[in-house]
Amino acid sequence: MRRSKRLQIIGINPKHFDRSQIKFFLYLIPVTILMGLPIVFIFFNAFKPLDELLNYPPKFYTLRPTLQNFQNLMATSANKAIPMSRYLFNSILTTLAVVFFTLIITTMAAYCMSKKNYRLKNFLFGINEAALMFVSAAVAIPRYIIINRLGLVDSIWVHIIPLLAMPVGLYLVKQFIDDLPDEMIEAARLDGAGDFYILRKIVLPNIKPTLATVAILAFQASWNSMEASNYYINNEALKSFSFYMSTLTQSSGNANAMVGQLAGNAVAGLGMQAAATLIMFLPNLILFIILQSRVMNTMSHSGMK
Amino acid sequence: MKLKEKKKAGHPLRRAVSPLVKHFNRHPVFYMQAPFVILFLLFIVIPVILAIALSFTDFNSIEKPNFIGLENYINILTNDNTFTEYAIPNTIVYSVIVGVGGYVLSFFLAWSLAQIPKGPRTVMAIVLYLPSMTAGVMLSTVWQVFFAGDKVGYLNALLLNLDIIQSPITWLSDSRYLMVIMIIVSLWSSMGIGFLSMLAGILNVNRELYEAAHIDGVKNRIQEIIYITIPAIKPHMMFGAIMAIVNAFQNGSIGVQLSGANPTPGYAGQLLVTHADEYAFVRYEMGYSAALSVILLIIVWGVSQISKKLFAEKG
Repeated sequence: MRRSKRLQIIGINPKHFDRSQIKFFLYLIPVTILMGLPIVFIFFNAFKPLDELLNYPPKFYTLRPTLQNFQNLMATSANKAIPMSRYLFNSILTTLAVVFFTLIITTMAAYCMSKKNYRLKNFLFGINEAALMFVSAAVAIPRYIIINRLGLVDSIWVHIIPLLAMPVGLYLVKQFIDDLPDEMIEAARLDGAGDFYILRKIVLPNIKPTLATVAILAFQASWNSMEASNYYINNEALKSFSFYMSTLTQSSGNANAMVGQLAGNAVAGLGMQAAATLIMFLPNLILFIILQSRVMNTMSHSGMK
Repeated sequence: MKLKEKKKAGHPLRRAVSPLVKHFNRHPVFYMQAPFVILFLLFIVIPVILAIALSFTDFNSIEKPNFIGLENYINILTNDNTFTEYAIPNTIVYSVIVGVGGYVLSFFLAWSLAQIPKGPRTVMAIVLYLPSMTAGVMLSTVWQVFFAGDKVGYLNALLLNLDIIQSPITWLSDSRYLMVIMIIVSLWSSMGIGFLSMLAGILNVNRELYEAAHIDGVKNRIQEIIYITIPAIKPHMMFGAIMAIVNAFQNGSIGVQLSGANPTPGYAGQLLVTHADEYAFVRYEMGYSAALSVILLIIVWGVSQISKKLFAEKG
């Protein structure tokens, strides 16, 4: 009797609230709030009126929310040769392309590595697993040389192509397909279905959670990326929104440099930067919230065997 | 035999396919993998090989590279004071705290979250994961305001208010604080997909394992974690470890982003990645920079091998 009571208390994944859980809430809630504050700050700051941005003492929240920062952002960029909407358009277009092509390429390769038998299979997956540790920042120069050779410099494709091969994506999809029963695929094969047909009609409908996860990862990689705009593109009209945002940071941001020389422009810059940060962050947030249960589903297959 | 006959007989599915699709279907493995493998080779494998090749040259991005053998490596190890005095110690401190610390924190938070009901767990997991999405620009805009060097900065205002300091501190350009701030910011954003993986793993541990263990005499939560939870989710622990390692080395340019300068003030935030970047994009010594990159890749690989051993032996 005593034992069974204790088992009830020490339970992973409980269904209901129990007083024994209070100690977890006691530290989880403060930690979560602390970690979440900077995120909340992104929201508040974007809607802060200019004079409050540099008030002393600084206030975390604002009681007079305004769209001023967003209007400034639009107005300033309208005076430039390239309007903000152009950067935004580039980012949206290339990000959609990255997500779309990554999903196709990754599922095809993952299906083969999981369900087909051929000589190089284990070797390829081994290399991919090693590439999980790949630190792309370490090979910026060789990547530049290759991209240059391929004639991708100053092309919109340079936002897309280098990001398509995503080792984590392949890894997650492959692990997920591994757990699909072979019989299902064998049955279709006996009915004469080809591999492309099997992939489309049998595998794809069953791996939706992991597709959602890879879509999020590809989205983040592309939407936040500045590599292409920084290194491979000189044509301003082809640069991405994340790059545009970083120019706002440079011209106005670095608050240290501004001490003592705060012109009205710099303050406006701070506000615009806050607004742009929110525009950058929001799609990440919304996408993850919508797809989070699918991500969790995928993650339960993510273990390295 | 039967299988073949059935195939020959044909099936409705097979009838209306074009010759192109037929050709694809005859070599499925090739066509399905080719796009990924080609891109993988082009942008991951070949760059690494090129980096290794370049590291043996004096390439300066304009003239043709000359083969100079191990000179770059010898110079790095014997002549490069920034490397031995700042880049390496900084990288060790940073990656041990961010990698190991972030990993332990991820596991602990994941484990704690698994002890509470689904509703609050989901909300908290989302909040904890969000920072890992604020990579790059967003990361620095948020934290630059917090650590701003004038009294308008949140930290300065707070400390001034509490009378802890008398005048504002330029946190981000002060070599004494930069590393600490880098570590705080990195830890803040270290609850990424490794964390989600471990959380999912813990939630899926078979309940009966715990019950059996309690009958066998497991008494407290620490024992429970060591003898049941960790062995049961070892594959997830491994995945989380790899992600933590990558996170610790990939985010190397965070010091540059926060302080807005490369080299960072007083080399306080100089990591291997930033050191290599400085040689590549400030001094244009590509060969030398490539050698630094190769050293970095070797370190990442070595650390991953160690963690693999660690998790393999425990089972």
